[in-house]
Amino acid sequence: MKKYFKPIIFLLSSIPFIIIISKIFLNQLGPEPIKEITLHTGEWTLLFLVFTLSMTPLKRLTNLNIWISARRMLGLFAFFYASLHMLTYIGLDYQFDLSAISKDIFTKKFIFVGFTAWLLMVPLAITSSKKMMGILKKNWKKLHRLIYLISILGVIHFLWLVKKDLTEPLIYLLIIVILLILRVNFNRSESKIS
Amino acid sequence: MKKIKYSEITPEVVYKKRRSFLKSLGYGLGSISLGSFSMINNSFANTNLNEPTSYEDITTYNNYYEFGTGKSDPYRKSQEFKTKPWTVRIEGEVETPIDLSMEEILSTFNSEERIQRLRCVEGWSMIIPWMGFSLSELLNKVKIKSAAKFVEFETVYDPEQMIGQRRPVLNWPYTEGLRLDEAMHPLTTVVTGLYGKTLPNQNGAPLRIFVPWKYGFKSAKAIVKIKLTKNMPVSSWMDASPREYGFYSNVNPKVNHPRWSQATERPINGDIFTPRIETLMFNGYGDEVAQLYSGMDLKKYF
Repeated sequence: MKKYFKPIIFLLSSIPFIIIISKIFLNQLGPEPIKEITLHTGEWTLLFLVFTLSMTPLKRLTNLNIWISARRMLGLFAFFYASLHMLTYIGLDYQFDLSAISKDIFTKKFIFVGFTAWLLMVPLAITSSKKMMGILKKNWKKLHRLIYLISILGVIHFLWLVKKDLTEPLIYLLIIVILLILRVNFNRSESKIS
Repeated sequence: MKKIKYSEITPEVVYKKRRSFLKSLGYGLGSISLGSFSMINNSFANTNLNEPTSYEDITTYNNYYEFGTGKSDPYRKSQEFKTKPWTVRIEGEVETPIDLSMEEILSTFNSEERIQRLRCVEGWSMIIPWMGFSLSELLNKVKIKSAAKFVEFETVYDPEQMIGQRRPVLNWPYTEGLRLDEAMHPLTTVVTGLYGKTLPNQNGAPLRIFVPWKYGFKSAKAIVKIKLTKNMPVSSWMDASPREYGFYSNVNPKVNHPRWSQATERPINGDIFTPRIETLMFNGYGDEVAQLYSGMDLKKYF
């Protein structure tokens, strides 16, 4: 079971990518396909951030270390979908019109926080390997705590772009806040033990 | 209800283009290089941008929160909506208020084809072959008092049939308004049909307003009441967010919106390589309507 765990997670995590690619080829994205691709990749970025943040609480709840072995891959998938999201916006939506894009980044606060969140993911992706973990030692953990900030920025990005119905982003916010509170509690109980 | 096949209505060019899309995309990805992408890009750059949007897109991609906030909700959830019987009341600052039945309206006024551009505040646009007549003709059925300065439109309130109205997403019933001179402008249209057919429910049947130089939300659907008023009406969107949605809401690429780019727009045609196009002042109707606003600071009165 343990042997197949990571390959299974990899295959499952690729499904949203396969879905969007096949929808593009089968012309099933409706009248505004670029928006559909943007929403799909954005939504899956948030979900993968949630999955990544869930691994530590899951480990504590189930007492199984296997969850931690999937954490890096899930985090990298979050970065993968975030990058597709960005590329859709820059390449398909604005067709690399950099002046329009930079104007957007500095005049629309939801794009500013979204872009910031993506930028913050870059160092995490670069330092995700075991080798980098060895090099950075204690600093690695500190650096990778950025994921908390990234997820919150991600949800703010969603909240600010919604026109009227805030239900969906508020659900994400609730889940992420719960996951963060769980961690605070774990850390506290941990320090009590030691 | 008889279902209409899209292939019967969609202009052939548009229909064929949609099929050929797959082919070109296949070629593009087959030889992965930036060059092949830009090649496709060019071949699509000016495709049908002056042709009407397909019937399929116009009738399946709508903002009509009375039937839900998703773009396909109006199409999926409005098919059972009853538009008969239907009465429109004209009241307020008029000598005698009147009630007009839909039958009367259709037999009194001649609907003509009016191909008009729709620019949504969300940054997308369509070209729509409406059937309709000028609102001024309808308003001329009543004697408007000189005190009247504005016109308020009210959409039907029927949460039994309009499931979107069961949640307070907006302040129901949907209310919109125009200045009287805007309402009397010949381009301001009472829409009764689309592509030569009866207006589909998801597009505002049986009767809606269309103001082509303003963002789409100004054009209220399924109208039951037209009220002449002394004071500027508060529209549902102004009520929801006055900072984002002004009373005038003229299409204006110079007035920024916190979420959507108003400098450019994406023509709706289901193609992922169609580039954005520049948004025009007054949605391209400046020659006809700019004089309505002479001397006004349109950044202040957005």
